[in-house]
Amino acid sequence: MSAQPGTAVIGGGIVGLCVALGLAARGHDVQVFDGPDRDMRASQGNFGLVWLQGKGAGYAPYARWSHEAVGAWAGFASRLTALSGVDPALRQEGGYEFFTDPAELEQFAQDLHRQAATLGAGHAFEMLGPDDLAHRLPGIGREVAGATFCPRDGHVNPLRLHLALRKACLASGVRTSAGAGVISVQGLAAGGFSIRSRDGRAVQCRRVVLCAGLGSAVLGPQLGFRAPIRAQRGELLITERLADRLPFLSSTIRQVDEGGIQIGGTKAAADTDGETTGQMAALARHAIQVWPRLAEVNVLRSWAALRVLTPDGYPIYQRSVDHPGAFLVTCHSGVTLAPLHATRLAEWIDGDPAAPDLEAFDEERFAVS
Amino acid sequence: MKNDSRFRDAPGAAARTMRLCLDGRWLTARAGESVAAALLAQDGAATRSTPVSGAGRTPFCMMGVCFDCLVTIDGRQNQQACMTEVRDGMVVERQQGARRTAAAS
Ligand code: FES
Repeated sequence: MSAQPGTAVIGGGIVGLCVALGLAARGHDVQVFDGPDRDMRASQGNFGLVWLQGKGAGYAPYARWSHEAVGAWAGFASRLTALSGVDPALRQEGGYEFFTDPAELEQFAQDLHRQAATLGAGHAFEMLGPDDLAHRLPGIGREVAGATFCPRDGHVNPLRLHLALRKACLASGVRTSAGAGVISVQGLAAGGFSIRSRDGRAVQCRRVVLCAGLGSAVLGPQLGFRAPIRAQRGELLITERLADRLPFLSSTIRQVDEGGIQIGGTKAAADTDGETTGQMAALARHAIQVWPRLAEVNVLRSWAALRVLTPDGYPIYQRSVDHPGAFLVTCHSGVTLAPLHATRLAEWIDGDPAAPDLEAFDEERFAVS
Repeated sequence: MKNDSRFRDAPGAAARTMRLCLDGRWLTARAGESVAAALLAQDGAATRSTPVSGAGRTPFCMMGVCFDCLVTIDGRQNQQACMTEVRDGMVVERQQGARRTAAAS
């Protein structure tokens, strides 16, 4: 193994490690440059959903890409467990969106119809009124006006997924630098790249894949990418562990494999990751509205984390025009898309003829015309 | 099995004038002490088992941060024994594993 990696992946979160794993599986020499512990890390603060419901209702390529991803999750989870010895605790038995406002339910139902029209036969979802819900989920709150259900939705333990990816990468020969804190990436005149870390170290490599989450907004333009990435804060609560199983998964309430109930889903434009009492109280109220039995359960911890968003919410997969060999990979659904980032995206990075056509996700769609 | 307390009364300690019931057995306790202190004074046995591995635990930090003192008090599960003052007639149960939510209504 040479000291200089063939491919450098900047970012050691779920997205970066998936890309590294996929490239290593194709025989490449890969080094992951991970930032300091105190960086904003969506991979360590997220909700762990493997979610299809509603995705890409207004953008068919994203609906199809998400659909392919959720279909690949079971196989990916087994592969990860075999490689790493860590089980990411995938449960994919369907998920609900609950609504207290009938108008919002109606609007979301239209999204689901549009999504279903794109995905065609083989994709199904359900609309449930209060009576259906009371029958299916005895104990549901009376204020819930209805729900939608997608049988392909599920969740993982996101911290265990991150650990499994790290171990799978190590087992596949990927090198990682912890605490590297990359501050600049430069294309070299002779080809290849020079990556400089905060501590002054510089490493040269042949290719570079930017998977630095919010950090890509700073590093991307150095390689000629637009990288229009912004932060959105989400706050989360987790309760004490429960011996009984919650009989549902929703996009805002889920029971972790170890028993605690995680509650989340707030959205605020912000680039700091502190929690607010108002949002936390709203989360608790929402959970009790949906499942009144949670009222007596104690909340143990709360935190906030920053989502990584593009202007339209869809991923960016972009080859650098100015610097061949540089790639930008960024998305908000790093968990859902993990199985594809660890397989198909590596094909695309390699320019394999069998690679998927990802032109729909290039950042030219944000060009000001 | 005899499982002695690791704690001894200080000379001149106040008398135990309160009664509390632990898993069906009546114990005595001092006014003003915490449930955790009363339990530690009885014997060295575990006062809860953990939800993940089932390992036994007793109160540890005595100041509300470690959550190793969880017990059920008067029917309320997962209460911190070190943060709860003894009341006469209190009913305490060891917390076995994770708590449950109320049965379906
Ligand atoms: S003994 Fe530590 S919280 Fe009670």
